[in-house]
Amino acid sequence: MNELLNILRQLWVVWLVVLFLAIVAWTFWPSRKQRLERHARIPFEDEDRPNAR
Amino acid sequence: MAIATAISARSEPAATAYNEDVVRWFAIATIFWGVVGFVVGTFIAFQLAFPSLNFDLEWTTFGRLRPLHTSAVIFAFGGNALLATSLYVVQRTCRAPLFGGPLLATFLFWGYQLFIVLAALGYVMGITQSREYAEPEWFADLWLTIVWVVYFIIFFGTILRRKEPHIYVANWFYLAFIVTIAMLHIVNNLALPVSLLGAKSYSLFAGVQDALTQWWYGHNAVGFFLTAGFLGIMYYFVPKQAERPVYSYRLSIIHFWALIFLYIWAGPHHLHFTALPDWAQVLGMTFSVMLWMPSWGGMINGLMTLSGAWDKLRTDPVLRFLVVSVAFYGMSTFEGPLMSIRQVNALSHYTDWTVGHVHSGALGWVAFVTFGAMYYLFPRLFKVQRLYSLRLVEWHFWIATLGIVLYITAMWVSGIMQGLMWRSYDSLGFLQYSFIETVEAMHPFYVIRAFGGVLFTLGALIMVYNLYRTARGDVRVEEAVPVAAPARLAPAE
Repeated sequence: MNELLNILRQLWVVWLVVLFLAIVAWTFWPSRKQRLERHARIPFEDEDRPNAR
Repeated sequence: MAIATAISARSEPAATAYNEDVVRWFAIATIFWGVVGFVVGTFIAFQLAFPSLNFDLEWTTFGRLRPLHTSAVIFAFGGNALLATSLYVVQRTCRAPLFGGPLLATFLFWGYQLFIVLAALGYVMGITQSREYAEPEWFADLWLTIVWVVYFIIFFGTILRRKEPHIYVANWFYLAFIVTIAMLHIVNNLALPVSLLGAKSYSLFAGVQDALTQWWYGHNAVGFFLTAGFLGIMYYFVPKQAERPVYSYRLSIIHFWALIFLYIWAGPHHLHFTALPDWAQVLGMTFSVMLWMPSWGGMINGLMTLSGAWDKLRTDPVLRFLVVSVAFYGMSTFEGPLMSIRQVNALSHYTDWTVGHVHSGALGWVAFVTFGAMYYLFPRLFKVQRLYSLRLVEWHFWIATLGIVLYITAMWVSGIMQGLMWRSYDSLGFLQYSFIETVEAMHPFYVIRAFGGVLFTLGALIMVYNLYRTARGDVRVEEAVPVAAPARLAPAE
């Protein structure tokens, strides 16, 4: 058990890459596109513009 | 003090009472320390060209003024810019007022300025722990730790009480900056004071461990202070000034995580061909080269935000500052990984090439994105209709750009020449040039560089005048800057 743990720990870089790839997959999953891209509008939801051009 | 309530008057449903007093103070401090940092930098540039400017006084030697310059531009100018913009952006994107109220915010402002003054006075008087970009001694470090924890509490507390369900990506970058800088600051500054009332301390680390800790700190100060923090500025102010959402929000998520995963490993590239084990050097180099991906992903995201609105670059000099800063971000983060490759580093390390690289990032990216954000913020913070003069922004832009071009091209030539002269051998295998010959050869480039610094400072002074008149509510009657006659009708603004 301990040996297995040691081997797994040595492969840390693999786990980090897997974690990162999971983030990429989550982010670019087609069904999430609409929801995530809507967040880009957040800076514009706050509109008290004393100086609209 | 009651300004925060005044602004809510004209916005629609239940507007939030933002605390903008503290943002205004930080914005003014940004401008003030910026000018101080640029003037000192220009002065020490002249010292390198004309050593008699050291005046033979210990307080004015290059060795003491150089950390004054670096700390003034990074921590005083850049730090105040990050504090001003982060406290502005977090309130706006969370639609919540600052956590902790005006009292905590006031402490944060004066606490941070006190740190800057403590550090700066120390340098001039010779109080330094000689760690690059972390020169302040232990008492100033402890004080900064307290101030920084207050900063974290205010920022994170504001996020926790947000009305907007999603945390906008700019805040992710700001939060990564705040948390990582706390970690780096504490570990790198672990030291034992010699006495309770004395300034002198010794680092907890020694030898190559000390060097690696220093550059783990130093490079991540670049990565999380000068990059992540300022990307927070980019992700809010570029969309706002361009009046269109960021090109791809999903790309910004990947940009963030790639940066977080990769940056922290890159420090060892500062220690190529030293006592640091080879595997660690190669590790640092590899992660640095991988940083090309998030850097360019981020740059594309920033630039493509303009897609369909490129004409605004012709007419809006504020937007031009922001967009050119992103271009410089792309350029200097292309150059950085290149220089981290061991074979390239063998030529570039310890030469002026490094200095040129740092300044293309510092002047082109950090300072330009800050200028853009300040031009955006001042009319809003002082509740006036618009900037005093857009023509003066144009002048600032072109003078500063010319200054940067002179600076970095002079340092490229000088640095590569210096590196080549160091490694030249004659037919008998002796070094061809003595050290002083390389110094002599660099003199003309030092003069050009100093002149570039003069131009950059001049541009900043124009900005000071412009922002001062803006704050007073003056508006200059002027015609728009004529743009080159377009071949077709310009799209309606």
